[in-house]
Amino acid sequence: MFEITDKPIDIEQVRGKVVSRNAGAITVFIGTVREMTKGKKTLHLEYQAYIPMAIKMFEQIAKEINERWSDAQIAISHRIGQLEISDIAVVIAVSSPHRKVAYEANEYAIDRIKQIVPIWKKEHWEDGTEWIGDQLENIPYPTGTPSLNKED
Amino acid sequence: MEILLFAHLQETIGQSQLTIDMPQCTVGELKQWMASNYPNISLQQVMVAVNEEFAIDATVIQPLDTVAFIPPISGG
Repeated sequence: MFEITDKPIDIEQVRGKVVSRNAGAITVFIGTVREMTKGKKTLHLEYQAYIPMAIKMFEQIAKEINERWSDAQIAISHRIGQLEISDIAVVIAVSSPHRKVAYEANEYAIDRIKQIVPIWKKEHWEDGTEWIGDQLENIPYPTGTPSLNKED
Repeated sequence: MEILLFAHLQETIGQSQLTIDMPQCTVGELKQWMASNYPNISLQQVMVAVNEEFAIDATVIQPLDTVAFIPPISGG
């Protein structure tokens, strides 16, 4: 259900992993490479992952989702390596009997990916490069580590 | 002890992995060791995982453990 790949992600394949006869809804989130960020132009991006731990953290996210929404099923694929503008970086598919859970659990998953999954993004701009830490601006960790329970 | 490095730490040190001879120690002690042996890296905001689990400064590391230094992440 969880994959880190250096090949282009097949959206339909990720969706297929959560197909269920009990599902009345499947949400598919597609994260893509954006060209302009705060007036700066990205030429391309490079993603790196600590693969075995990233897969464990995807499983952790699925566990949290199943604690909240027991009938949701989730699949995640994240790409690494060099990505061009508009390339797909991540695909998250969630199925559930009703649409609301499929939407909510899908958003929960992308929020948690940005908090606990060891994947890094290097921006290649026209005037240089930089490893970006979204956490730096968005998510302080008072205890020194990200909580494995979002409610904490 | 295996040390895994990512993102800017990997580029600054020029290696993705270090094997060091280190007795049992805490994460905090290992951070100090890294800071004194690699003075050009910054460990501010860097988290540590021991055997693929997030750890705190007091976590004890055994000589055969794998330790990853995890700069702020940006997946998705």
